Amino acid sequence: MEGQNLAQAYRLFECIQCGRCTGGCPMSLKTRFNIRRLIYEALVDEDMDLQSKEVLWDCSTCATCTLRCPKGLDPTDMVIGMRSILVDGGRIPPTIRDALKSLAIRGNPLTMAREERADWAEGLGVKEISEGAEVLYFVGCSPSYDPRVQKVAKAMVQAFKKAEVEFGILGNEEVCCGSEARRMGETGLFEMLREMNLETLERYPVELVVTTSPHCYNAFQNEYQGLNLKVQHYTQFVAGLINEGRLPLSKEVRRIVTYQDPCFLGKQNKIFEEPRKILRSIPGLELRELDRSRERSLCCEGGGGRMWAEGTNPEERLAHTRVQEAMDLGAEVLATACPFCLLTLEDAAKTVAGEGGIQVMDIMELVVEAL
Amino acid sequence: MQASLDIADAGFLVYLVEREPSIGGHMAQLDKTFPTLDCSSCILTPKMVDVARHPNIQLISYAEVVGADGGIGHFKVGVKQKPRYVDVDRCTGCGLCVEACRLKGRISSEFDVGVSKRGAVYIPFPQAVPLKATIDPERCVFITRGVCGKVPACEEACSAEAIDFQQKEEMIGLEVGAIIVATGFDLFDARLKPEFGYGLYPNVITGLQFERLSSASGPTRGKITLNGQEPKKVVFIQCVGSRDKSVGVEYCSRVCCMFTAKQAHLVKEKIPDAEVTVLYIDVRAFGKGFEEFYDRVRGEGVMYRRGNASEICKRGERLIVMAEDTLLGESVQLEADLVVLATGITPRGDAQDLATLLRLSTSPDGFFQEAHPKLRPVETEREGVYLAGCCQGPKDIPDGVAQAKAAASSVIIALRNGMEVS
Amino acid sequence: MGLRIGVYVCHCGVNIAATVDVEAVTRFALGLPSVAIARDYTYMCSDPGQALIKEDIKKFGLTKVVVASCSPMMHEPTFRGTIQEAGLNPYCLEMANIREQCSWVHEEEEEATRKAIQLVAAAVDKAFLLEPLEERRVAVTSAALVIGGGIAGMQAALDIANAGFQVYLVEKEPRLGGHLAQLDKTFPTLEPVAPLLAEEIREVEGHPNIDLLTSAEVIGLEGYIGNFKVNVTDQATIRELKVGTILVATGYDLFDARLKPEYGYGIYEKVITGLEFERLVSLSGSRKFWVNGKEPQDVLFIQCVGSRDKSVGQEYCSRICCMYTAKQALLVKEMLPQARVTVLYMDVRAYGKGFEEFYDQVRGEGVLYRRGNPSEIYKNGKRLIVRVEDTLLGEPVQLEADLVVLATGITPRRDSPKIANLLKLPRSPDGFFMEAHPKLRPVDTVTEGIYLAGCCQGPKDIPDTVTQAKAAAASAMIPLCQGQVKVEAVTSIIDEELCSGCGICAEMCVYDALSLHERKGVMTINEVLCKGCGACAAACPSKAIKLSHFTPAQILAQVDALV
Ligand SMILES: Cc1cc2nc3c(=O)[nH]c(=O)nc-3n(C[C@H](O)[C@H](O)[C@H](O)COP(=O)(O)OP(=O)(O)OC[C@H]3O[C@@H](n4cnc5c(N)ncnc54)[C@H](O)[C@@H]3O)c2cc1C
Ligand SMILES: Cc1cc2nc3c(=O)[nH]c(=O)nc-3n(C[C@H](O)[C@H](O)[C@H](O)COP(=O)(O)OP(=O)(O)OC[C@H]3O[C@@H](n4cnc5c(N)ncnc54)[C@H](O)[C@@H]3O)c2cc1C
Ligand code: SF4
Ligand code: SF4
Ligand code: SF4
Ligand code: SF4
Ligand code: SF4
Ligand code: SF4
Ligand code: SF4
Repeated sequence: MEGQNLAQAYRLFECIQCGRCTGGCPMSLKTRFNIRRLIYEALVDEDMDLQSKEVLWDCSTCATCTLRCPKGLDPTDMVIGMRSILVDGGRIPPTIRDALKSLAIRGNPLTMAREERADWAEGLGVKEISEGAEVLYFVGCSPSYDPRVQKVAKAMVQAFKKAEVEFGILGNEEVCCGSEARRMGETGLFEMLREMNLETLERYPVELVVTTSPHCYNAFQNEYQGLNLKVQHYTQFVAGLINEGRLPLSKEVRRIVTYQDPCFLGKQNKIFEEPRKILRSIPGLELRELDRSRERSLCCEGGGGRMWAEGTNPEERLAHTRVQEAMDLGAEVLATACPFCLLTLEDAAKTVAGEGGIQVMDIMELVVEAL
Repeated sequence: MQASLDIADAGFLVYLVEREPSIGGHMAQLDKTFPTLDCSSCILTPKMVDVARHPNIQLISYAEVVGADGGIGHFKVGVKQKPRYVDVDRCTGCGLCVEACRLKGRISSEFDVGVSKRGAVYIPFPQAVPLKATIDPERCVFITRGVCGKVPACEEACSAEAIDFQQKEEMIGLEVGAIIVATGFDLFDARLKPEFGYGLYPNVITGLQFERLSSASGPTRGKITLNGQEPKKVVFIQCVGSRDKSVGVEYCSRVCCMFTAKQAHLVKEKIPDAEVTVLYIDVRAFGKGFEEFYDRVRGEGVMYRRGNASEICKRGERLIVMAEDTLLGESVQLEADLVVLATGITPRGDAQDLATLLRLSTSPDGFFQEAHPKLRPVETEREGVYLAGCCQGPKDIPDGVAQAKAAASSVIIALRNGMEVS
Repeated sequence: MGLRIGVYVCHCGVNIAATVDVEAVTRFALGLPSVAIARDYTYMCSDPGQALIKEDIKKFGLTKVVVASCSPMMHEPTFRGTIQEAGLNPYCLEMANIREQCSWVHEEEEEATRKAIQLVAAAVDKAFLLEPLEERRVAVTSAALVIGGGIAGMQAALDIANAGFQVYLVEKEPRLGGHLAQLDKTFPTLEPVAPLLAEEIREVEGHPNIDLLTSAEVIGLEGYIGNFKVNVTDQATIRELKVGTILVATGYDLFDARLKPEYGYGIYEKVITGLEFERLVSLSGSRKFWVNGKEPQDVLFIQCVGSRDKSVGQEYCSRICCMYTAKQALLVKEMLPQARVTVLYMDVRAYGKGFEEFYDQVRGEGVLYRRGNPSEIYKNGKRLIVRVEDTLLGEPVQLEADLVVLATGITPRRDSPKIANLLKLPRSPDGFFMEAHPKLRPVDTVTEGIYLAGCCQGPKDIPDTVTQAKAAAASAMIPLCQGQVKVEAVTSIIDEELCSGCGICAEMCVYDALSLHERKGVMTINEVLCKGCGACAAACPSKAIKLSHFTPAQILAQVDALV
């Protein structure tokens, strides 16, 4: 019966089994996860057993399948729906359970304390938004807590100050945008987090919200019904600052850089130009394009809860492939604009290239080098 | 009909020779038409009436062409008018005789493809043109045995005194400048694929029979029922007797993918809780609005499974369709209480005879051969003889109409040039 | 003779009779004033149904007829014809639509019957006031205009010219042939295109009845069936052509493969389109061909690029690319027998005469068909990698290739909105020009005197294009043969007393039928151009315009009966 309900909910009958979803799915490069076949089984297999489908946790919700589908289906959403069924049935990997629990209790998936959310900003002179500001910088979970990604948040602050942006943060009032909760199948939790954020945002008369993470950006832009604020990913905002001449990049950064399009920024939201614009504005920097870029970019496997679940083939990592491709290009830096990409790619760089090999950086870190 | 209308509109006299008692052909038998779901008879009836009323068209129904001598501009055509045993000038089409016939309800109706029964005297369908009764000489007891009660029941019933058992075959000679052949198609005989049990299981039917079942003016008044019951699991099988060298039919029949999609839609519309599955090899939704229609039908919940059925057998009351689902790579057994075979389009059984008669050639698939497959699709090797519709190859209605008009264009050219000479 | 109305209620098989109590409606009608006779019948539109009306007209001396059946769109012409044959003016007919507006939309019998009765009452009330109108005929200019000199336009021009009429053939480009000129061989016969086309072009160019205008474009149109005036740019001058009918054969454009960036078209030079492939083999003399100076070893064809794909807004199937791909795959096999040739498909649409046989032959020659639509192309070293799921294996695969051919689909001409505006042609949801009826009038348009041929109406291969071109030629010739055409009798009428000459009505009229009379200072109507749409009547602030057959009195009578 489950299959039939899914078929109704996700219009699976309209699928023509062309295979374009599976052909583009990054996971199909390394695991047995076959999204096209999953759809078909939901349609024809009366006693499909979802509970045993561990492969469901492989999906990184990169949405390539949805973008490629010629019949307007949304297989990504179906995976999320299937995961909800697993979550309801309690069949979830323990690491995912922990992340979800932490989200519910602490407002972040990293089992960190709510009160420590703004600790990274101590001593930087960052305003709380309650003190009034035009721009709200929505930091996000990893940039708030993860020591590696905190550097990105700090870089952001440095640049904003340089450009004299009047901005503030939510501080400890900020909670996770919920994007990952939704993609791990916890729709209820996502809605709760959304309500909390919406309520907080309503209280402050800001003009613009800028996010570090494309995941937060995507959630606000596409999944926060009722949010009447302008939202930008930082690459859009910073590219604007550079354009207006507010952020002069004067120092040379003599490095060969290539850029990884994060799925949630590029494929899903068609933001391809701004990150490149920023990189090209940095004097001395040479930008080399990866063959698989823009619409054809290769997923780093960081989305859809994959930061907390290894998937069925942890040995092989697409991030390794990606780092290798960057090295083949002769790049010294693999730049990106997403906390998850940063973490997965840096991890891979350590394995593939070792210390001192190719460096993985956020665009923002390169920007402050040029200040 | 379309070809006749165009030529007649251009001011030339047209003789339309139809073998059956009424014009209309297969389209008259259809329920709705893909992809717009227009009611077939609603759009066809006006055309039929136009043909009947056109001052430049002389309709010769229940007749056959038996010879054509001469050439472009001066054909001499022999037409055999079969006896209807009904005086068409008197007959009003009231149908009293039909009701009265002793054999009423005993003979399977050609028009309804056996889904209903008629008598020995019959009017094929209510909108028939001309609306005249015809007596089937092979079945009528009076004709075959010489007696039918004291007085034939039909004769007694007819207040117009139209029944005339004295009628004889007549030969009509026509002189024409050009000829269009538009004799259409036959359907593949599903019995030639015994593995599907057609003819054995009453709930295995053909697509054309389905049309009659689902037609509002058909014998069930549009209710899809078998022995009074609505089927809950319906399986459609495509390419029956097409794309199948095992029965000597290599070509694709071009219309069955779409009429299957249409019929699957009709089942879903009339029996919303029915499970409808279509078994296919490729879905050939190539025409204007076709892919959109195919999308719509799937959206309504029709399940398309790739794999051609191999066999049908029975388990209890239910049919079991055995097939490989090639997308699963597994063989499956589907339960069904109605199986509809999308039987293909074949050349008319007598196409060869007609070809000989008119000195036309046929292509390897058995349909009439056009002069050039790319640039001269309606001309034949014989100057002055043109092709229209499914007799040249399978076609849907719009393509058939276009070809008919194209043939008409060639004829108009021929006739106008003849005019100028004279 | 007094007013005598006949009312005819149709069952339409069970279409009406199943929900409407037709006998009750008939009984009701019989009771109405001036109704001399009312009958119901299974199919009013059938021969005997019409005979019934004709007999009654004679027997009862009917002066007006009301038919309660389907939409007037369907059968108004039919019944107008019927009563005309019985000697009545065709405009003495009124129809009550008790099918589309009643039986098809209601389920409840009582309610449906009540509504049917009201509709019939309204129609009868209007019939009281109907006035006979005169059908007018105008002479036809004995020439036709063909727009577009592809195979469709040429064939149509030849047919019309061969029938003895003058044809103006207007082609935008400097030479004839359209897309056909770019093709190498044709499926399924593998006949070279060039000689076929050359023959056709020679015939067109040499035809005494064809006036060929190349590098020319239509820029203005006025008039109506039988009497169009067309402005055409011819080199630097503008020519005015007078024609009776117009045939549109402007063909198609190809889908721009850059809109599917995942295939890397425009980035990788070894990813080409089907049309580019035609040029490649054609230029190489069809014996051998090279990519970057090398014979490709692995050639991969991808079907349905930019067709059947909602993600780029092209829902329809392009109809020809399956077959041209099969043809091209075979050509590769013939020229480079050792090459591995793979076709990636969703469905193989080999529907036409000889197509399936051809598809069989192509597979037989060793072309591998794999079911699966590729998702993306990238590069590994010098070679292209195509990522696709083989849906029959149920496994994603990465195929290497050194030439990828994209079967890009057919799209409407990018400038088709311009032509559509000029000729007032509606377009169907897919963007191609719309035919008058998808089943029975595939080459006519809603504008009388304008017809469609070839790919401008929808994708088509050559035989279907030629067929349609000849069909359109037949339609376009009929009025020329007849020498005169009927024009709409329902037109607007201007009350010169009331008209203030404000000109508001003229702005409303899309048919340019209204103009200011220079001396009188009031509007005048060109009855030939007026289609009787009524837009002007509704707009006129002085209520100076009424529509014959839909006069305010007539409409009010109808409304009164309804409420
Ligand atoms: C089940 C089914 C469903 C279909 N549904 C659709 C649909 O939804 N939409 C669509 O577009 N198409 C549909 N089609 C296709 C459609 O029926 C054909 O396109 C159309 O009927 C072809 O018309 P035709 O005039 O060529 O042939 P026919 O309809 O076969 O007409 C040929 C006529 O010629 C007469 N004749 C034959 N031999 C002779 C002779 N020797 N002398 C004199 N007369 C002769 C026949 O009696 C007949 O009246 C369907 C077909 C089938 C089988
Ligand atoms: C790669 C490829 C391979 C193909 N191979 C085959 C094959 O093997 N066999 C086959 O049967 N079919 C094949 N086709 C299909 C074939 O090309 C078409 O069926 C045919 O060309 C359609 O002709 P047309 O006249 O309708 O359109 P077109 O060829 O597009 O001609 C239209 C003409 O109108 C002109 N025009 C446009 N707008 C205006 C205007 N506003 N004013 C004046 N003139 C105008 C254009 O310049 C052009 O000359 C192939 C198509 C492609 C893309
Ligand atoms: S969202 Fe990405 S990973 Fe998930 S199924 Fe789709 S393509 Fe595969
Ligand atoms: S891409 Fe879309 S239509 Fe194709 S198999 Fe996947 S879900 Fe189905
Ligand atoms: S033969 Fe006589 S009884 Fe039969 S339909 Fe004709 S008129 Fe009626
Ligand atoms: S004679 Fe008898 S069997 Fe023959 S048609 Fe008349 S009633 Fe029927
Ligand atoms: S039209 Fe479809 S069902 Fe008919 S023969 Fe062709 S592929 Fe088979
Ligand atoms: S003809 Fe074939 S390749 Fe072209 S769109 Fe249709 S299915 Fe696709
Ligand atoms: S009725 Fe319509 S067409 Fe006639 S003049 Fe008025 S607006 Fe123009």
